[in-house]
Parts: sequence; structure tokens; C-alpha cells
Amino acid sequence: MARVVFAPGLRRFTGGAESVEIEARDVRELLGALYRRWPELESRLAEGTAIAVDGEVIPNGEALFEPLRPDTEVHFLPQIGGG
Amino acid sequence: MSERKFRQVGTRPIRHDGLDKVTGRAQFGADFSLPGMLWGKVLRSPHAHARIRSIDVSAALALPGVHAVITGRDFPEVAAESAAGGEGATDFRDLALNVMARDKALYHGHPVAAVAATSVRIAEEACKKIAVDYEVLTPVLSLDQALAKDAPILHERMRASGDEPLPEGPTNLASRREMGRGDVAAGFAAADAVVEREFRTPMVHQGYIEPHAVLARTGEDGRAVVYCCTQGPFMVRAFSAKVLGVATDTIKVVPTEIGGGFGGKTTVYLEPLAILLSRKSGRPVKMVMTREEVFRATGPTSGTHIRVKMGAKRDGTLTAAEAVLVYEAGAFKGSPVGAAMMTVFAPYKLANVRIEGWDVVVNKPKVAAYRAPGAPMAALATETVMDELARKLGQDPIDFRLVNAAHEGVQATYGPKFRAIGFVESLRAAKAHPHYRAPLGANQGRGVACGFWFNAGLSSSANVSINEDGSAVVMSGCPDIGGSRASLALMAAEELGIPVEQVRPVVVDTESIGFNDLTGGSRVTFATGMAVIEAARDVVNQLRARAAKTWEVELDAVAWNEGRAVAVNGAEGKHEPLTLRQLAARAAATGGPISGRASLTARGAGPGFATHLCDVEVDRETGAVKVLRYTAVQDAGRAVHPSYVEGQMQGGVAQGIGWALNEEYVYDARGAMENPGFLDYRVPVASDLPMIDTVIVEVPNPMHPYGVRGVGETPIVPPLAAVANAVERAAGVEIRELPISPPKLLALIEGAR
Amino acid sequence: MKLHVSTTVNGEPAEFLCSAEQSLLDVLREELHLTGTKEGCATGDCGACSVVLDGRLVCSCLVLAPEVAGRRVETIEGVARGAELHPLQRKFLEHAALQCGICTPGFIVAAKALLERNPDPSEEEARYWLAGNLCRCTGYDKIIRAVLDTASELRGATR
Repeated sequence: MARVVFAPGLRRFTGGAESVEIEARDVRELLGALYRRWPELESRLAEGTAIAVDGEVIPNGEALFEPLRPDTEVHFLPQIGGG
Repeated sequence: MSERKFRQVGTRPIRHDGLDKVTGRAQFGADFSLPGMLWGKVLRSPHAHARIRSIDVSAALALPGVHAVITGRDFPEVAAESAAGGEGATDFRDLALNVMARDKALYHGHPVAAVAATSVRIAEEACKKIAVDYEVLTPVLSLDQALAKDAPILHERMRASGDEPLPEGPTNLASRREMGRGDVAAGFAAADAVVEREFRTPMVHQGYIEPHAVLARTGEDGRAVVYCCTQGPFMVRAFSAKVLGVATDTIKVVPTEIGGGFGGKTTVYLEPLAILLSRKSGRPVKMVMTREEVFRATGPTSGTHIRVKMGAKRDGTLTAAEAVLVYEAGAFKGSPVGAAMMTVFAPYKLANVRIEGWDVVVNKPKVAAYRAPGAPMAALATETVMDELARKLGQDPIDFRLVNAAHEGVQATYGPKFRAIGFVESLRAAKAHPHYRAPLGANQGRGVACGFWFNAGLSSSANVSINEDGSAVVMSGCPDIGGSRASLALMAAEELGIPVEQVRPVVVDTESIGFNDLTGGSRVTFATGMAVIEAARDVVNQLRARAAKTWEVELDAVAWNEGRAVAVNGAEGKHEPLTLRQLAARAAATGGPISGRASLTARGAGPGFATHLCDVEVDRETGAVKVLRYTAVQDAGRAVHPSYVEGQMQGGVAQGIGWALNEEYVYDARGAMENPGFLDYRVPVASDLPMIDTVIVEVPNPMHPYGVRGVGETPIVPPLAAVANAVERAAGVEIRELPISPPKLLALIEGAR
Repeated sequence: MKLHVSTTVNGEPAEFLCSAEQSLLDVLREELHLTGTKEGCATGDCGACSVVLDGRLVCSCLVLAPEVAGRRVETIEGVARGAELHPLQRKFLEHAALQCGICTPGFIVAAKALLERNPDPSEEEARYWLAGNLCRCTGYDKIIRAVLDTASELRGATR
């Protein structure tokens, strides 16, 4: 079960839930499960969001097939760029 | 991380491109020419905010020597598509509108037309003959103006996005986001000391000495070859293709040597214009920006308004932290406020934290990345508040930070847990440094500040090929802006076991190597390095196979040791070792030419932490600040070429000092920059600075084969606060805005009397 | 109408056509194809265009091309003697006194002019002499070390 943690700004889409446990093998399955449960989350996360999987910050475009372990923790972060 | 003994990594060879650079032979963006070449010039809006009603180019076209004129009409409509591009998300529609205005001019200097002619002078004359009918609008030139009720609106169709509460209808607030955890109210209530401060920092420029330059040649088949100084040739290809509405493979980008970037060359300005002018005229077109154009119309970084509040107990533990970060995006949405939100409290352990970030459009050039984008301003706020808290609690500034320093296993304020990091090590090294105990005189003060930057991974491709004589060529596609070629050569030499002088590192064009994300995010030594190591290991495996074939043994009976294949595993002593040179000489007989490759998306970029010490002396009569001494301590993971790690640290410090003391965009009421030149946009010169001492700490990044962490950006994060803290101690004043220029400091000193 | 100018560049005769208001920098780069001298600002503030004119260090962006008629111009291309680098060039490489390298030609020309006048500059003297050359990459530390080390080596060699 991957644990997804929601920043305060996202909690209004999750009915106030700060975190949730989701059964998923990779990020794509995880997002699918999240969006089925909370459809409004999809557009909110679509733009300018990176995903941190067990501390590794992954830009949105790269994350889809990232495998999740049973105790993985997932956070959503603003997409950042370097100079 | 095994304690590997490195033979080459960690040494200081002369860089391979050095000879050309000290003799003037190296070719930068403006150094290329082609026969039949035309010169391109841009007509720029003289208004900071205006509707473009019409453009009449007929008089320009009629001028002898003019071969092509383009305006927004010549570009396709680009869909508002946000995709991974450059290094963060890029809205290609905004990008296209920034490259060439359509209905509105959104900043003084915004391109509205461009001309290709037989000389620069004729092109400039032609620009003057282009008649543009503007409806001048009131410009929005500050965050306060942008967010005021009834503010003029830059983009009528833009709506605020992000986290509620958000204004409804047209607004200049592009987005507002929140992050955090715990209960800050309870945290502040439990604190014995609380400090809240507000700061304003100005728009500043990366200040690279080389202006943007491009030479584009379009063939009869519509395919373009583009020579340009850029941090990302693949980015130039992709972005130009999007703006021009053509297929990516019709553009080939050849990166020239680049005279500085610091993030400012991670997007396109002239390239699509030059390609289009070349297509229309049928001739190569060269475009070089003037220094004035660089300041007015490229991508400086955000001016900001930041409020930080932090609370701590008597024993020094932080109980809560809160930040509101309001950042200028420039004419189009997309400031680095997101990264600022993530970095602002990242070095510290905090259970209760609340961070709010606002992205606001104003009639100034669209901001681009500048070395650790968003972080230096945020660190200014946090580190001055930390210093004040330490003073209130009677604690040493470094000890106070040590009590609260994040380390492995700590949940970062932006969410994930830290892996192995070197923050504590950098603090301890700074504390132990003789600088920290050196005595100070009258009107002198010492500032401490810390900084953090993530470092990026992203995608890199590399080829390592072996020449017939046993030397090697390392090809990659990330331009070298800081000496990375030398580091890549060292890594390949290390794996191959040959002297680094026999390794030739080259940066190649977009048709000669697999995809590479751009140079930036402190990623090249880390991620392209990883690809080079993997490609070199691929070569080593092939060399072992060639030896195995020669000796007629199994592959596992061959080891690679210091540049030679040696027989092991039961075959010891039965065969004379074979050197790389020997194997290369017989490559054709044993299976063909030997080359290895790797294409990867790097994971495991480890954040870099730094602690800086700065001593200043204040002249109370003039408000001038002299930097007496500066020491920068930083965790590099593993310093591949220590001279260039030191160089990155020193360069970042110098930029940070300039940002703290002198640099700012000064605008007049109409929205035109008043100081678009190096005389009045005052960057540090040699006589402003002392020697900058550096201490490299190495806490290896467990996710990289050599432990490498990116180092390029972290050094610019602490200096704003280090200087501000030092001035506060030296002058007995409270710094609320940058730059701490003489007239401003004098006013503070006189106000404090 | 173009002016015809005859001059000496790096010890060799050179001639070019130019308009009256063209700068020496422009002519060096576009007419003589000596692109080692760089344009950073065209207003005399950054020193990337440093050359030596009749033995005097100048910003070539502030010199009009016709002004060099009959005079001696020395650029970065003339600093090395054939394949032999000037000690300054060697020291810049050894000290890693360059990163992107765009300011390097200007610094070497300017530092050479300094050492020809003052073979034993203090750190402060070196810094003030070179204050007209901007570098955004290095923070000047390794550049100053390279210059002072060169001065030391040259003094040792003449004893």
C-alpha cells in the first residue's frame, strides 16, 4: 500500500484527508486510483506538478511507470526548474 | 558507498578546452559567420503595456538591403500547452508570445517585428521605418500595483489557479499555492521567542558577459541549422519547433561555446526569429543582442516581497515557521515561487510549517531561471530571521542552526525524507574554520547564512568511443558552462583506466547524440556524468570480451584493471595482460570498432547544502559596504575536479554579493529600465571582492556511482543573507530590502541614530 | 562611402575597409576575422574587448576603426608566440582561472599590460588594474592568483 500525503492546498479535493493508502504497483495505477476517487484532483495535479516517491523528486513527465513498493510514500510538489 | 580509491577523480588536470579559451580561438555564439550572411535586428516595443492595433512593414521592406521582415502574423497560433520542457513546465503559447508579440506588448523591449538585411545598420534603419500603431495602456510595475483593486490586467483571459482562496475573474495573480504540515498557531504559542520580518528584493539579471547570439541557415528543403550559445541545444530545437509550428527533426542545433548562462540561456529568444528570417530571405541570418537588449528583453529573475515568521524555544529548538512568498513572474506566468516554497525552510527540522506562494504577472520581461531559481531570496528571509532568533535567545548563530539542522531521515519541510546529506557537516566545518574566530574591528560585522538546492537528474545520453590508438572520445550533449567537460573526461578516464589526457570530451549537436536535457539544475556532472560512467563501463565490458576472445576464455575470466585486461578466475598467469591500446589496435579483428553508449534518466540527485561566513566593514559616512573576508563551505558529495567545484562556489558567492549590495533593475514610471548597462547595473568587479575561501565537504551521495552531488547552484543561495546579517551586525540596523546600496544603508544608519 | 585603413595588427601589416563610425572591435571581428576579442557591452564597461593600441590598454569598442591608421594594435591572438603560450596563458590554465572563458582574452590582454608596467603588483594593485574587466563566473579569486603567480614567475626568470 503506497501512502500518499496531501499538502494543505490539495485537501479540499480529498474531503480534508491529509493522507491516504492506495494499492498500486506504479505511479500510473496510483494516479488512476486517486482520480477515480477524487476526479477534481486530476486537473489540479495536471499542471506544474512533480511527484516525490520515497524522497526522489521526479518531474511529472518521467513519473508514470515509477514502481511503488509496499511502504512507499508519495508527495506532490510544485514542478521546479534549475538554472 | 564503498571506499573506492580514485586515481583520476579528485585531481586537477588542465581542462581540454582551455587552450582555445586562453588564446581566443574558442568560438562563442557571435563568432560564427557564413557566406551570404544577413544580419537580423528586432524592433521592440517602446511601451511597457500596449495593445498592438496594426503594424505596417512596407516602408521597411522597400529599403535597399532589406531581405525579410517578420511580425507576429508570420507565426502560427500555438496551443496553450504546458509540457515538460526546458527544466520546469513550459507554456508554449506564452513562450511563442514572448518571442514575438501578437495583440499586446507586455513589457518595454517586447519584440514586435524583426528584420534581416545586409548590414546591422540597414537592419536598424529598417526597424525604424516599421510603423506600429499602439494603444498605450497603463503599465503594472510592481507587485503592489499588480494586486491592487482595479489594477490594469495583463492577460484578460488568465484566471488565478491553485489553492483557494483565489480571486474570481481577470487578475494578475497567476497562481497561489500552499504547503505545510502540523499546527503553526500552536507552534508559535509554544515558542519563547518569535521573530517576524518582511523583505523586498529587486529584479536582477544573471549578468552573463556574452549576449545572446545565433546564426541560422535554412535550406531549400526547409531544414534549418542553428548555431547558438545555449544551455540546451535540444531545448532550442524543441522550443523553436513549437514556436514555428514545424517538426522537431527539421531543426539541427549546434551548441557553440557559451559565455555564461546561469539559467538565462535555458529558453529561446532570437533562435526562432533567426530561423524564420532565414527561411523567408533564403540566406543565413545572424542575430546578436546588444547589452541593452539583454537587460531589457531576456529573462531576469523575480523581484519579491517575502514575509517570514519563525518561533523557537529557549533551548533553541524551532517550534514553527511560516512564510508568504510573493514573486514577480514578469509578463507571463511562471516565477520560481514553487521552488522558493520548497527551499525556504528546507534546511531545518520543523513539525509545524505553513508556506504560501504567489505568482504574479507584471509588465516586465518574463523571468527566467537564475541559479537556484527562487531560493536566494527565500534564504535571505529565513537566514536573517534565524540570526535574529539566535540573538534573542543568546545563542551562537551556528550552534542555533546545528540544533535544528536537517539530516538523514528527517522529513523535509516540502514533504519527502532526506537521504544522506551534508548540512551538519558544513555547519561544523564553518564553525571550526579560523574565519569564525577572527577578531573584528570597529564598524565591522560577521554574518552566517546557510543554503540548500535540490539538484536535478533528468535525461542524458553519452557515447564513449575508442580510437585506433587507444585514446577515447566522450561525446555528450550538455553544453559546458563551468568546466563539466573536464569532469566528464575524468570520470571516463577513471573507468577506462587511462590518463585523462588521452580522453577527449566533446559537446556535440542534436543530430550526433541521443537526447539530452539541458545544462542547468547543477545536473551535468551528476547526470551526464552517470551516463558517461555507464557508457565507459559498456566499453570496458566490450574490451573484456575482446580479450576473452583473444585468449579463448570465458568473459568472467577477464577483469579490467587500471587500463588493462587481466586474466583471473583460474586463468591467472596464463595470459599476458592486454592494454587498451593493444585491444584497440586489433579491434577490427576481434569484432569491430569499440564504442559504448548510455542513455538514462538519472535518479538520486542529492541536495547540496552550504554554510557561508561573511565579514564586512561599513563606512558610516557614505553607507558603502566593503566585503573583507568570505568563506564558503559546501557539501559536494564527491569533488570530481576540485578546481571547478571551488570555481562554482566562488562564482556563486560573487553573484550573491552583487545581488545583496548593488544590483537592481531600476524602472521609470513608464516601465522602461533606466540602467540597462554594466555601468549602472553594478555587478561586482575585481576590486570589490577579497579572495573567496572555499572548503569542500564530502558526504557522498549514495545514489551516484562516485557519490557526486551537483554543486553549481547552492553557492548563490546563502550570500544575500550572509551579507545582510554581517551588515546588520556592523551597522546596527535592520535590513528590509535589497540591494544594500550606499544611499539605502546611509538612510538606515541615519534613521537609527 | 567606406574608408580604407592601413595599420599593424599583432606585428603584421593589415588593412581593411570601414565606415567612419565603425568601432575597432567591429572591424577586428568582422573585417579581419580576429574573433578572439569579444563584445560584452559595446560601451566600454566590461573589458571583454580589451586590446593594446600603441602600447596602451584600451577598450576596442570605444576606439573608432579609422583611428588606428598607421598605429600598432595588439590583440589576444598575438599574445602567444607561435606554439609557445605566454606565462599568463599557462597560469590561467593551471589555476583554473576561467570557467566559460568569454572574459579570458580581455583579462589576459589587460593583465599582460599590467605586468609590463608593474612586474611586482600587490593583490590590491592587480585588482584595481583589472577592475575594468568583468567576470561573472569566477568571482575573480583564481584570476588574481594566476596573475600574481605569473608576476612571480616572470620576476624569477629575469633574475
